[in-house]
Amino acid sequence: MADEKQIEAKIIEIIAEQLGREKDTITSASDIANDLGADSLDVAELMIAFEESFDIDIDEENAQNIATVGDVVKQIVSQLDEN
Amino acid sequence: MSKRVVITGLGIVSPLGYDVETAWRRLREGESGVSLWENPLRDIFRARIAGQCLDFTPEPYIEPKDVKKVERFAQFAYVAGIRAVEAAGLDFSRENPFRCASIVGCGVGGLAEIERQDEKLTKSGPSRISPFTIPKIMLNAASAHLAIRYGIHGPVYGVATACASANNAMIDVYKAIKCGEIDVAITGGTEAAVSKLGVAGFGAMRALSERNDAPEKASRPFDSDRDGFVIGEGAGILVFEELEHAKKRGANILAEVVGYGATTDATHITQPDEEGIYAGAAVEATLRSAGWNPEDVDYINAHGTATKLGDVAETAAIKRALGEDAAKKVAVSSTKSAIGHLLGGSGGVELVFSVLSTRDGVVPPTLNLENPDPKCDLDYTPLVARERKIDRVISNSFGFGGHNACIAIARFVD
Repeated sequence: MADEKQIEAKIIEIIAEQLGREKDTITSASDIANDLGADSLDVAELMIAFEESFDIDIDEENAQNIATVGDVVKQIVSQLDEN
Repeated sequence: MSKRVVITGLGIVSPLGYDVETAWRRLREGESGVSLWENPLRDIFRARIAGQCLDFTPEPYIEPKDVKKVERFAQFAYVAGIRAVEAAGLDFSRENPFRCASIVGCGVGGLAEIERQDEKLTKSGPSRISPFTIPKIMLNAASAHLAIRYGIHGPVYGVATACASANNAMIDVYKAIKCGEIDVAITGGTEAAVSKLGVAGFGAMRALSERNDAPEKASRPFDSDRDGFVIGEGAGILVFEELEHAKKRGANILAEVVGYGATTDATHITQPDEEGIYAGAAVEATLRSAGWNPEDVDYINAHGTATKLGDVAETAAIKRALGEDAAKKVAVSSTKSAIGHLLGGSGGVELVFSVLSTRDGVVPPTLNLENPDPKCDLDYTPLVARERKIDRVISNSFGFGGHNACIAIARFVD
């Protein structure tokens, strides 16, 4: 089983870096576009950063369903567990 | 009704400094901004020297998180553009946004980003390419970012005529203001091609100086020992404005744009016509459109890149246009001797210097002109700046593709 807490921390770190935000302003409930101000290109860039960081491929369909930080964590945990 | 066009703001990012007064002072004092190319791979290249903006940062104008979304050439234009707007005291929120423009020249766009992403593509596949790739490399990004900052909704586009890009951009603006289409514009040129592809590409053409052991001596326009141009990077951005509009808001008028000439060699994709027929026609058209006689011109800021053929062709062009007598009397210089060739940015930086030459009555020098080429027999202001009253200037730019674009400015007289 992948360590969910650790994964969430890593994801928040990546988002904070890419969007120029303080880590402690980002929670699992934060909506990446509406709360954190990411535009469509930012989101695409973030997906690539997640893929590179966790060495996975997030397919387009699953990427479409991601809105919050928690959604990202869930998606990545499930993909890592499948592997 | 034909309007008058004036220049009310200047901005610069150059190898001699990132503000207008610093760059101009260092230029006048004969300093060189050329040095060894700061790249770890340097030694595998034939040419290893460049005019670089080494410690340039776009902050605070671009937030740290956004810096990676804007390629270097657009960063240069952004910073120089903001400085020009600030110097002009222009508040775009008080303008009719549809009567404002942002037209910026750039020769090749984001070469370095193409290299970075191609490397990623080769290594990790197409799905790992940055979504910012295209918006970064497109050369119209320079004009578009400035438009976004200021809410400019009139004509906004990039101009690509290689090394004549900036002059062609400024000519477009001049015409748009003159015919009453727009009131005010941000314009000029930018380039950041000191990258692997840029240096290797121009190097492959044998266009670059390989005087690697003496970088400051490498850019030697009109000199017998010149061996090509030194690639440079930076931006020169200006505010062009309709005269009455400038007066109404009490702007400080720095100079008037009074004419231009634009022609094309249409002979070879890179090699200039050696007799300067078409470049000469551009200079001549500039005189005509400014309503000047040949002897009226006080200073010509030459294209003067220090290629074997180009400097001879330009000399011939000036003689054709002005006639032998007037050509021998006019002060000429190539500021590329100090900063290298900024390609699509060169015309912008050179028009900034041209404006300052009228303000201060100083002809900037052609550095390294120690043994003039017998085929280059004009007064190129060798080695040191010269004081001289300057009322009328022509700034020349010629680009690969055969583009010839010249602009005439004059001291402003109401």
